[in-house]
Amino acid sequence: MAFKTSVQKYSGSIYNLELGTGENTLALGGQNVFPFYSFDGDTGSGVKIGLEILDIYPENWADGLKSIYGSAAENTVEWAKYTEEKFAPDFICLRFEGADPNGLNKSVEECATLAKKVANAVKLPLVIAGTQNYEKDLKLFEKVAEELEGKNILLLSAVEDNYKTVAAAGVTAYKHKVAAESSVDINLAKQLNILINQLEVKNENIIMNVGTAPVGYGFEYVASTIDRIRLAALGQNDKTLQMPIITPVSFDTWNVKESASTEEDSPEWGCQEERGIAMEVSTAASVIAVGSDAVVLRHPRSAETIRAFMDNLK
Amino acid sequence: MAMSGLDIYKLTPKTNCKECGFPTCMAFAMKVAAGGVEISKCSHMSDDAMAKLSESTAPLMKVVTFGKGETECKLGGEIVLFRHEKTFVNRNRFAVLLSDAMSQEQIDAKIANMKNVDYVRIGEEMRVEIAALQYVGNKDAYLSLVNKVKASGLKVAYMLVCPDISVLKEALELVKDELPIVFGADSNNYQEMVALVKDLKLPLGLKAPSLAELYDLVENVQKLDYKELLLDIGSASAREAFTNAVQIRRTALKEQDRTFGYPSVVFVNELAKGDKFMEVALASLFTMKYGSLIVMDDMDYARALPLFGLRQNIYTDPQKPMRVEPEFYPINNPGDNSPVLITVDFALTYFVVSGEVERSKVPAWLGIPDAGGYSVLTAWAAGKFSGSVIAKFIKESGIESKTKCRKLIIPGKVAVLKGDIQDSLPDWEVIIGPDEAMHLPKFLRTMEGIN
Repeated sequence: MAFKTSVQKYSGSIYNLELGTGENTLALGGQNVFPFYSFDGDTGSGVKIGLEILDIYPENWADGLKSIYGSAAENTVEWAKYTEEKFAPDFICLRFEGADPNGLNKSVEECATLAKKVANAVKLPLVIAGTQNYEKDLKLFEKVAEELEGKNILLLSAVEDNYKTVAAAGVTAYKHKVAAESSVDINLAKQLNILINQLEVKNENIIMNVGTAPVGYGFEYVASTIDRIRLAALGQNDKTLQMPIITPVSFDTWNVKESASTEEDSPEWGCQEERGIAMEVSTAASVIAVGSDAVVLRHPRSAETIRAFMDNLK
Repeated sequence: MAMSGLDIYKLTPKTNCKECGFPTCMAFAMKVAAGGVEISKCSHMSDDAMAKLSESTAPLMKVVTFGKGETECKLGGEIVLFRHEKTFVNRNRFAVLLSDAMSQEQIDAKIANMKNVDYVRIGEEMRVEIAALQYVGNKDAYLSLVNKVKASGLKVAYMLVCPDISVLKEALELVKDELPIVFGADSNNYQEMVALVKDLKLPLGLKAPSLAELYDLVENVQKLDYKELLLDIGSASAREAFTNAVQIRRTALKEQDRTFGYPSVVFVNELAKGDKFMEVALASLFTMKYGSLIVMDDMDYARALPLFGLRQNIYTDPQKPMRVEPEFYPINNPGDNSPVLITVDFALTYFVVSGEVERSKVPAWLGIPDAGGYSVLTAWAAGKFSGSVIAKFIKESGIESKTKCRKLIIPGKVAVLKGDIQDSLPDWEVIIGPDEAMHLPKFLRTMEGIN
């Protein structure tokens, strides 16, 4: 007997979605197979990589990261331009840490003005991340969406408590895209997608953020949730789960002790910056391996590695 | 093709003799069909039936064992392509490659890292399990490398990566008692290789330029009646290696073709071409999908922390939550005036809570009673995390002699337990903590009067 390639055909496929405008428009989705399974069919637009920047100086970031950005990080607009020119990611994720009511609590007007300046200063598509306080995010996203009308940005993310305003304002009123965030559970992900659909928001305008965890911290739930979502989307042609997936990897990986513990505190672990990059790279590669279509990363070296990783697997 | 429980039942003696440990032949047959018990447990089967059954009920993917005593490892035996369908069974193992072309300094540095990276995480030993020893052309240097690793005190199994039969014979003499892996037989030398490993039943790694040729090679080796095999997925490119890993596993489990029903070997060190973070990315990919033995260039903590953590997660049985040992964990070097926090033994909860307490920099004792491995609210609802469980744990754990502080912080989600605990522990001041772990640093620092 001779070897015969095993091919699995699926009836469903992932929606095509575009972010940004003009020549830097970013395409996501379109595949009808599992990641890198080119022997089965069409692998779609491939994985897109974003770098995270903040609306304030990144006081709590690792020293290695602060020195990479230097004085550019003191001005968010400069920071965005520097990131675009120097590291050329596929998109920039502007995160409004300074709007957090438990922190600086910056006004949504101030944030929206800043978002507009950033959007005008760079060509790359923008992903706007909030504070993870759903009441504040609701107002923040509404205002930012209004100011950036026509820029086709992604609002990261709408949750069960604020999706009505975020999706309605973001997509229906100002023609942006919305990320539907659930917490590592296929049923919750599906339910939120359906609820957003009921606002007359089409699947082509929705990305899923199904929740994440750093490797070692319950990543098996992330892996199995995305496996099951993709089996339903592709295998059962479940339209309510056929959106591309974005994973803000950096939001979690830099907080765990493997990344955050200094060399002073854990001398046997060696270079802190390397640990931080390795945790980010490992989590990103793993979440891409199950099906994430976009990842948000923090360290330029991580982005460079994941870019080369994708090229190696093309 | 797999046989159903009923098909198997028809072949049993149907006497319900119970010798197999099951109440009826039907129950036994069902269990055999599910892969839960070997058909040989029944001693009353006819030879005919037995032959028919062992062929069709043998696992689709073979379990391959190597190493001896504390270095013994098992690879393979997987039954599903996605872990949620049942579970992944035998976790992938990591090897570090050493060769006779390396300088003594390079070899010493890698051995030092392998010794250094050796720790326990949620009850699992985390270390490099295999030393892959590659012969590049200098026989004396190679044999002295084998001896050096043997004398180093490393707790590792060996993998002899050596295509030269005569050198291999000599190297094998040095470590054959440790039951090493022998790698790699190809279409030219497989007969000699099989002859060399057959008596000791050592796992033999096979390699070929393409998947089709690998398939033919496996068939040829099987004709020599040898089935202790590992399959190299190739190092030409990451794309090809990944395709091969998926095809091999899928051919075995989905197409039910046992020709590819063997664990895989991936030389990530070669694919990453000296880029450390690329090595981490690729090793993560092959941990997620279908790499059984992953060969690395080196294993320092930057590589180990994510990779071992990922592996532990992915190879967790989805039906059994990961649990930490019930006991008191010291965080930030607590002393005899440090406060006490309590939460459940679900590993995820433990990691999040301990991480946040660490971030607060407040020295504290984190108490983990036996709460069934559930999250806080689930454990509470199941009665496994009740006032009496917590009070009993405090009294019996000896924490009262470790700290004089009598502040006991309970999760905000079980604030309702405060009265119960307070009644059982009148000496303690029971404090309701925040609902979410992320608010712990602020809470603890405020409580301790630190800004």
